[in-house]
Amino acid sequence: MPVTIEIPTAFRRFTDGAPKLDCSAATIAEALDELTSRFPDLGRHVRDDQGQIRQFLNVYLNEEDIRFLGGESCLLKEGDRLLLVPSIAGGSEL
Amino acid sequence: MCSNALYELRCRECGKTWGNVPRSFCEDCFSPLEVAYDYASLKKIVSREKLVGRAFNMWRYSELLPLPEDFGVPNAVGGTPLVASHKLACKWGLQNLYFKNDAVCFPSLSFKDRVVATALAAARRFNFTTVGCSSTGNLANAVAAQAAQQGFDACVFIPADLEPAKVLNTAVYGARIVRINGNYDRVNRLCAQVADRFQWGLVNVNLRPYYSEGSKTHGYEIAEQLGWALPDNIVVPMAGGSLITKIAKAFRELVTLGWVEPKSVKFFGAQATGCSPISDAVKRNLARFEPQKPSTIARSLAIGNPADGPFAVNQIRDSGGWAEDVSDPEIVAAIKLLAETEGIFTETAGGVTTGVTQKLIAQGRIQPHETTVVSITGNGLKTTDAIVSEFPATEAIAPHLEAFEAYLDARLGTAAASAKA
Repeated sequence: MPVTIEIPTAFRRFTDGAPKLDCSAATIAEALDELTSRFPDLGRHVRDDQGQIRQFLNVYLNEEDIRFLGGESCLLKEGDRLLLVPSIAGGSEL
Repeated sequence: MCSNALYELRCRECGKTWGNVPRSFCEDCFSPLEVAYDYASLKKIVSREKLVGRAFNMWRYSELLPLPEDFGVPNAVGGTPLVASHKLACKWGLQNLYFKNDAVCFPSLSFKDRVVATALAAARRFNFTTVGCSSTGNLANAVAAQAAQQGFDACVFIPADLEPAKVLNTAVYGARIVRINGNYDRVNRLCAQVADRFQWGLVNVNLRPYYSEGSKTHGYEIAEQLGWALPDNIVVPMAGGSLITKIAKAFRELVTLGWVEPKSVKFFGAQATGCSPISDAVKRNLARFEPQKPSTIARSLAIGNPADGPFAVNQIRDSGGWAEDVSDPEIVAAIKLLAETEGIFTETAGGVTTGVTQKLIAQGRIQPHETTVVSITGNGLKTTDAIVSEFPATEAIAPHLEAFEAYLDARLGTAAASAKA
């Protein structure tokens, strides 16, 4: 299904400046895989060593956090919009 | 470390340093940035003795905050009372119970005044003329008040269903208020995009590393007010999860600087059951918290996707503490209990910490002889709608002594008669 992945400014260093990627994917997982295969340098910023979406990256499908939609296995439909937003945390290490 | 400053931003995960810039995450690994200090140099330029004679507000700890060299103190923020509890301590069977009362923090009556103070110092340093935030209310109040005083334009983003008092307490300072259809997590997501697009200083987005450092002063003050000592336990409300980690940082810093004796402090996190992703993760020992859709009267804590949640969970676990949550009726009961026993009128978040403290004592997690501090972070005058139904209006009587006596007789019976001269 044709869907659009919106890429935040901070990620665009790894996407040759592209602000979005139109792709064809049946699930969120497939869409993210297409994104990271197209831009391999982005891969380690999207998934951790265990292959999970990184803890400090939030992924939204249209208006909803994908964790409320069953996660990456959620099915996509034509015209869906995926949004990647780095989580904004302060940290506290001394 | 930069040669001209004793602090700079450092990535928590990869350790890369970034100098001082308006940015909240590492552009190499996208993990959160925090302010790292050169404590060896700090030790040489500031000491407990140097604080003597300084006014009791958060600026007395200026050297331990990320302030520019030419920073001029714009107003007195913090310096709130540490209230030694007598009646509630007795009721709960504790010997050393304290309430850190940021319900009376200047200028906008919540601990958020502290974080905004350091954030606006950074905003000026980075030459922003417009500042803003995503907020559940208290932060918007604090941004609006301090922006007005310091001459910034303010634009704050809030959930559309926020308590009317909190909206009014922002509007009165002349701030632009953008109401968003959606909960705080959606407001926060929008603000991340706004910070990406506009050259604004959003205090809890691109200025977040500087902003959150202001929270440390809540912890410094507690230690100083305890006679330069750390408590055994501290109970802290959790929304995004930042405050509890920053109090921990403050305590660690004081130990590093040699201002207090090292001590193992147990950190207890408090949430409302209707929005409890962090306490849920602690109680179920989850590797990652699970986001929630908030449904609670404690709207200042209603963050279902807490950005600092992972750090808060780790802090609580590593300290040997715990996290608990209380229902809306328990929050209301706790607000009344604190008011009736200690004369402190707190907002719903303070009801959460007070109610959770009661629960922790009942669970045996807080011992009677230990020194326990409960953080009260906001003022009850802002959330009166949460408790107004508890106090229905009473009937009016005629302005005559006979009417008053009849009134007393009706309510007190013979007790009224014994009160007469």
